[in-house]
Amino acid sequence: MLSRVADSIYWMNRYIERAENYARFLDVNFNLALELPVSFTTQWEPLVVTTGDWKLYESLYGKAEKSKVIYFMGYDEKNPNSILNALSNARENARVVRSDITKEVWEQINHLYYLVRDQKSKKRWAKKDPRKSFDEIKTGCQLLYGIFDATISRTDGWHFGKIGQLIERADKTSRVLDVKYHILLPSSNSVGSSLDLIQWAALLKSVSAYDMYRKRFGKLQTASIAQFLILDEDFPRSMLHCLTRVENSLKAITGNTMGYSTGAERQLGLLKSQLEYADINEIIETGLHEFLDNFQFKLNEVSSSIFETFFSLQNIVNQN
Amino acid sequence: MARLNLSTYDTKGFFDEMFDENLEVNAHYSLLRKRLEKIGWKKLSLLQQSTDRAQMSIGMTFNVYSDNQGIERILHLDVIPRIISSAEWEYLEQGLTQRIIALNMFIHDLYNEQLILKDKIIPQELVFSSATYLKQCQGLQPPHKVWCHITGTDIIRGDDGQFYVLEDNLRCPSGVSYMLENREILKRTFPELFEKLHVRPVYDYSHNLRDMLEAMWPAPKVSIVVLTPGIYNSAYFEHAYLAQQMGAELVEGKDLVVKDDHVYMISTKGLEPVHVIYRRVDDDFIDPKVFRKDSMLGTPGLFEAYKKGNVVLVNAPGTGVADDKAVYAYIPKIIKYYLGEEMLLPNVPTYICAEKDDLQYVLENIGQLVVKQTDASGGYGMLIGPKSTKAEQQEFIKKIKNNPRNYIAQPTINLSRVPTLSEDGIEGRHVDLRPYILYGKEVKIIPGGLTRVALKKGSLVVNSSQGGGSKDTWILGE
Repeated sequence: MLSRVADSIYWMNRYIERAENYARFLDVNFNLALELPVSFTTQWEPLVVTTGDWKLYESLYGKAEKSKVIYFMGYDEKNPNSILNALSNARENARVVRSDITKEVWEQINHLYYLVRDQKSKKRWAKKDPRKSFDEIKTGCQLLYGIFDATISRTDGWHFGKIGQLIERADKTSRVLDVKYHILLPSSNSVGSSLDLIQWAALLKSVSAYDMYRKRFGKLQTASIAQFLILDEDFPRSMLHCLTRVENSLKAITGNTMGYSTGAERQLGLLKSQLEYADINEIIETGLHEFLDNFQFKLNEVSSSIFETFFSLQNIVNQN
Repeated sequence: MARLNLSTYDTKGFFDEMFDENLEVNAHYSLLRKRLEKIGWKKLSLLQQSTDRAQMSIGMTFNVYSDNQGIERILHLDVIPRIISSAEWEYLEQGLTQRIIALNMFIHDLYNEQLILKDKIIPQELVFSSATYLKQCQGLQPPHKVWCHITGTDIIRGDDGQFYVLEDNLRCPSGVSYMLENREILKRTFPELFEKLHVRPVYDYSHNLRDMLEAMWPAPKVSIVVLTPGIYNSAYFEHAYLAQQMGAELVEGKDLVVKDDHVYMISTKGLEPVHVIYRRVDDDFIDPKVFRKDSMLGTPGLFEAYKKGNVVLVNAPGTGVADDKAVYAYIPKIIKYYLGEEMLLPNVPTYICAEKDDLQYVLENIGQLVVKQTDASGGYGMLIGPKSTKAEQQEFIKKIKNNPRNYIAQPTINLSRVPTLSEDGIEGRHVDLRPYILYGKEVKIIPGGLTRVALKKGSLVVNSSQGGGSKDTWILGE
């Protein structure tokens, strides 16, 4: 497939995944705020920190406030990563790949974009309870995942889309864990008070992991939660699981079954094996933050490497 | 509130496609009339709203840039269709076929032997002074000697009910996706009418288009692409739509690379050959090595690959010379010269400002005439005499005197009207018609077209950039 098109299909999926994650973050945080005692420090600042856009937020609005954060993350055109901008970018990319996706996929993306634009014009962020809006966005994104999987052939385009989606997902899981873990950890090692319970549960819910975590471990324990989100092989949002599926798609594209033939495969393989042979207690001892920071850095390198290998027009012409 | 009462409909003395001057409904419109009155105003308004929504959700939008803000617009689709009887269509089909065959022969002759110039049928300077005449195409022989594979001829109907060809649009005519999508939408609006009226289908346009493109390449395995200027082009929706319908790659100039005079597209698996390019990028921009040096939309070396026959460009570069508005006036002579036939489908009478007598007439009667720049399109660079101010007329007189070659004039033709939904109920609005012609091994005209409608009350300008909308166009079977 055309390199430019592959690039766009990759980004289209990344942006949709981003939008869905943001909607879920906002939803969970809103819920959390309802249950915390008044005296408890606000959770809105760490939420923005999670997204990596705190500096921008602070320069625009100063202190973290509920409705401002919701506006900033959901609808602010000044925030390049807001849900509105992410979906607008996804739609622009979908336009570029219009002839490579199905009518159904295109129309759902288009619909989602109009949905969020409409929410913005109706000032939904200022509502007492904006959760309905978040729900609509989440459902819309999930519907799109389903349509994408149900209507697109498993050729290179689909795989590039998956790679974009899963890299974004792994990145977001690692960020949520990084920020929340450090706020919550000082309390204790095993989750005790009901206040703790609510907060740890909220962390899991931020990445839709609560139900599956319960099934796997039953009890809420800090190390197990970290283990589940980083190293679980079967949970679809765990960092390791995402990387495994990125690898599968890369191999489907290159046709490689053993080892690697491109820089992208090599970088990814190295990062993945780091997770495969990791032990959660060791990670926590040597520093979870450093571990996650390093992971995000290397994941970026994988992403650049995919660009160089498959998308960069100049590179491909030079090599042929 | 507006009501649907067609008995008070007023043709205002214009030729109306639905009613005659006594408000008797024309036979081919009678079922539609009954249907409209039966569903009533409220339901019709709802149908119109769901049509608007359908267009948005399909993404049939184009961007209008002003104040640095991209605004997405839809080309308004009026729910009331325009209907053409089978007899009217047969006439149009014959006229258009004759015309496109002659025009192709004309273009081929101009870039090869130039017999028509040697025989002094057309003044040589008129052709060579046209900005759209490309000397780089001299001596080229495109496959099957076809230059103009895809044409979207603009046809109007005057007060007398006669069809006239207004413009030939031989370069990159657009709008065919509207013909196709309008039909999909209207099939949901009036399903029962389609069943009863035997409206001829248009859905096989993209199959025919693909067949035509494949036929331009000698080998059975053909790699076809659609070349677009990109997502900011107002017709991008259409480029993507056609590529998708044909199963062709949609490429931009930067996706292509020329090596040893062969064209390739840059893919994730390296370079892949390209054989036929349906290009929606204008001549000037396709190759910065040969045409405009500043073009960011083209591919360096493309024209050389084309000249060597290693790639086919559709339409061929250079066709613009035949839709120059001054050349247009000579088309009756062109048809006679190449085919020995009288022109079936007439031109609008045209005054060529480059000719002394005509110039005099135009300057004296500018208030009654439509003046057009010979190399402009899209409703730009024109003056509609009866609707212009004295100052505007003076300005045009100055322009014409400065460069007579650049202008022609035509009598103002009151375009025919079709009942259209407006805020005040159903009112007549002026329309034109753009059928689409494919020319590969043979001429194929899809039974349908884009009817553009001037939505503003009283307006004669149907261009989308100037407040025009569209209607689905129904050609009836025998």
